[in-house]
Amino acid sequence: MKRLFWITTLILVLSTLTVATVSAQGSTPTDDEVNAIAKQMYCPVCENTPLDVCPTTACKEWREEIRGMLADGKSEAEIKQHFADYYGARVLAEPPRTGLNWLLYVLPPIAIVAGVFVLFRALRAWSQASTSSPQRATGAGADEDEAAPSSDDEYIARMEEELRKRD
Amino acid sequence: MLADFGFGVLIVTFVVALYSVIAAIIGERKQSAQMVESARRAQLLTFPLLSLAAGVLIYLLVNNHFDVSFVYEVTSRSMPTYLKVTAWWGGQAGSLLFWAWLLSAFTSAVTLRKWERDREFLPWVIVVSSITLAFFLSLNIFFNENPFARFYQTIDGVQAYDFRPVGGIPITPQDGQGLNPLLRHPGMIIHPPMLYLGFVSFVIPFAFAIAALVTGRTDDRWTRITRRWTLWAWLFLSLGLVLGGRWAYDVLGWGGYWGWDPVEIAAFMPWLTGTAFLHSVMIQEHKGMLKQWNMILIILTYSLVIFGTFLTRSGVLSSVHAFAQSAIGPMFFGFIGVTFITSIALLIWRWPELKSETEMKSMISREAFFLLNNLLFLSVLVVCFVGVIYPLASELFTGQKVTVGPPYYERANGPIFGAMMALMGIAPLSAWGKSTALTLGRALWKPTIPALFIPMLAYLAGYRQVVALIGFFLVAFVVSVTLYDTFRSARARQRAQKENFFTALARLAGRNRRRYGGYIIHISMMLMAIGILGIEIFQTETQGTLAQGESLQLAGYTVEYEEVATWPDEGAGVQYTRAVVDVSKDGEYIGQLYPRIDFYFDSQQTMTIPGQRSTLQDDLYILLVDWQPVSSVGATFKIYHNPLVNWLWVGSLVFITGMLFAAWPDKDPSLRPVRVNKRAAEPSAAD
Amino acid sequence: MTEEQTNTTPAPKRGVRLSTQIIIWVVLMALLVLVGLGLKKAQNPIISIGSEIPDFPLTMFEGYSYQGASEVNISDLQGKVVVINFWASWCKPCEQEAAELEEAWRFYEEDGEVVFLGIAWTDTPDNAKSYLERFDITYPNGPDLGSRISSIFNRNLGVPETYFIGRDGVLRSIKIGPFTSVQEIQATINPLLADNIPTGE
Repeated sequence: MKRLFWITTLILVLSTLTVATVSAQGSTPTDDEVNAIAKQMYCPVCENTPLDVCPTTACKEWREEIRGMLADGKSEAEIKQHFADYYGARVLAEPPRTGLNWLLYVLPPIAIVAGVFVLFRALRAWSQASTSSPQRATGAGADEDEAAPSSDDEYIARMEEELRKRD
Repeated sequence: MLADFGFGVLIVTFVVALYSVIAAIIGERKQSAQMVESARRAQLLTFPLLSLAAGVLIYLLVNNHFDVSFVYEVTSRSMPTYLKVTAWWGGQAGSLLFWAWLLSAFTSAVTLRKWERDREFLPWVIVVSSITLAFFLSLNIFFNENPFARFYQTIDGVQAYDFRPVGGIPITPQDGQGLNPLLRHPGMIIHPPMLYLGFVSFVIPFAFAIAALVTGRTDDRWTRITRRWTLWAWLFLSLGLVLGGRWAYDVLGWGGYWGWDPVEIAAFMPWLTGTAFLHSVMIQEHKGMLKQWNMILIILTYSLVIFGTFLTRSGVLSSVHAFAQSAIGPMFFGFIGVTFITSIALLIWRWPELKSETEMKSMISREAFFLLNNLLFLSVLVVCFVGVIYPLASELFTGQKVTVGPPYYERANGPIFGAMMALMGIAPLSAWGKSTALTLGRALWKPTIPALFIPMLAYLAGYRQVVALIGFFLVAFVVSVTLYDTFRSARARQRAQKENFFTALARLAGRNRRRYGGYIIHISMMLMAIGILGIEIFQTETQGTLAQGESLQLAGYTVEYEEVATWPDEGAGVQYTRAVVDVSKDGEYIGQLYPRIDFYFDSQQTMTIPGQRSTLQDDLYILLVDWQPVSSVGATFKIYHNPLVNWLWVGSLVFITGMLFAAWPDKDPSLRPVRVNKRAAEPSAAD
Repeated sequence: MTEEQTNTTPAPKRGVRLSTQIIIWVVLMALLVLVGLGLKKAQNPIISIGSEIPDFPLTMFEGYSYQGASEVNISDLQGKVVVINFWASWCKPCEQEAAELEEAWRFYEEDGEVVFLGIAWTDTPDNAKSYLERFDITYPNGPDLGSRISSIFNRNLGVPETYFIGRDGVLRSIKIGPFTSVQEIQATINPLLADNIPTGE
């Protein structure tokens, strides 16, 4: 019991110290911390320039605003949301997933899946068309179809294949 | 006077191009070889004419003729001569003329080839290429982008006019505005010409495709002719893209090489379909399949070229790259509409005739893998196209301006690129025709084993990022498979021909330039992938304001701020602010770097030039940023550590080698291979 | 897109199915229409002299109000001449006209027939407020939240820009760049004051 008591006290003391240390860092957020967030946003004024590299006065002020918000303890999500509300959705690197914007996130996967489907069907149709035709002798030789080369005739078969495939 | 002469030449060229179109059509309809020959000569004439116009413009640029508005916009007295020449493509009007000049060069080259076997194509190739040339010239002549327009003063003030207005007084400004400083970098000098070469050269395959559709000669002939042109077009486009990346890395000052900017993507999209075409055309030759698909790919590639150019130049897209808004938008839009509609109509008309015998023995045969390759490239295309168009749609329908940026593209394209890499490793060892999982597995297991060592080693060395491990495995896999296949074939030839290994290898590669050139290109892509994986996954950065003597630490490097100096260079019109930093690695001093800020007086713009230390292992990239005013008391530095990034540039050099190797004509043109096919097939002759 | 080959002998070749053709053309036309509209939008200004201004709200900075309220809708101001000035604290030319605008406002304020609205465009609230304090600006001012107000007037807004709206809610004059004098501002406003268009629908 006594041991449990001391352990608990130790844990409590340690955690308090940790919290105290962290909140003692009420110092100004570093450039790196500001950049980490600015990197994910775009300059509201210039075209397609990320906020962390934009050299204009306006961008400097925005970065200072980020610094101020970080010092106030705001989280990354809150800062990005504030910027989007205040300056417009174009400051975000991706459109927010609302309204019509869902089209952007949904169209490509649908198109790609449709493409896979078309390809699959075409391949199947073509391979079925071929199985309905008479089988030929397989194996190495003066033949177009080639199993993975494994025999001594490998070179000859490959050479003939190369010649066939040439310009 | 000279400027008026230049404009006159443009107009004459325009008329000649129109004549060429009309003569070709009449010649074709009336089956008059004479008319067609006349059209051909007219097309040939456009090149010397445009060279003359270009010569005049260059003369005006180099000799400070600021009364010409284009010269005023893009040059200034303080620019060195070579930059004044490159200013030719530094603005919309001049770059359109540059485009037209390149186009006439290519169409003339095509006109000069031997046409005996393809007489039916000739009129239509002339029609398509001359209409395109006439279109670009019309932009210069009729839509306010005349590079020869001059300043005149009238009651309305000073404006640029094509011809002297009534009562107008010619005005000559003292000095020009000067080229945008960002364009004064060597990479930027060669990047636009390379890109334009790539774009323009795709007209030729397109012209042949249209000719094939119109004449109904839809056999392999057009593929064989266009394959080489497409290869070169693809080379130029690839180089243009790589050079753009290098320029962005060196000069734009954000430690990156690709920003998924809409204009970058506009150039990337035709590259995607072009690459798909280069691969699928191999199936057509080998198996006679996919004529329809290849036709679609070529038309799509050219359409994307024109569409991308339109997006860049019309002001529809917002981008750092985009040209200023101009009046050419609607005309360009009309041209696109005509191109799309005509191509699709022709394609639908000839669709049945494009049918080919399609036979697929197995879903994991090489043919199937080529098709999968096409699917992957087109998937990336779909992602990019939707991403580029969406902000337009959003603004139209909801009024909301949005940015579609890197997170969207990286998330969507990352896995697709990974799948492509896997395919690059699997496909070379797959067999044409009959193939089972067993045969494929048997072919693959040997090269896969050494490839597995790489991620294992990386894991043991402490790298735990899953994407990196998968990425490096795939790189090793592709390289391993490619080398293994090459080695095996050379070995087989060595045994059969009793040659020394290296001779066998040389002869083998020499007779199969396309295949082994392709292998070299695949390997070069993997080298580039190493660079990309390094910088994307392992890049670290830091920023801080330092007083003299203070230092920043990053990735084992220590960067200490020594001093800063600022001085003007009146001759060049620049104010330099240069900082000196001492760099040490793990405590050991390795040298000094000189990041600087250049301020250009004439255009009031700054360029941030990084101090870079480049090794194969990594890049240390230091920028002098002006978050705080720069002085000896305090300067703000931003440092990027980019591991492995130089493999990107090494890879691109290997890429060029591979391309040249692949495109060079084979040694024995006397051999005429015939495709053996079960069904009756047309014999195809080599080009 | 692909059709199935029925047998190995030369079969009658079918063209593209009508339904597929229709889909292709519809998609192509939709794309062209989309891009064409985008082009038109890019080439033409959103709003020009003579167009009616759509309604929008302006939420003002702390300490600013119009007739006691800290938010105002443009439609509330029908019947008065409205001067909308876009500015930003980081904009040097804006400083050139700040004092003139304030002076003009004070000249017209008493009569209550002209309303000045200042819109801080893509500006941080603290910097905006210090700018207002610096030039002692008293007319209603607020941020362009979400860049929504500027997107009504100009896709590619620059600062400073000033828009003059007549008593009937129609845009009458646009000034790009800073005013050089109070007289210039008055010269633009006075003709609009003279219009006595009755309010109400």
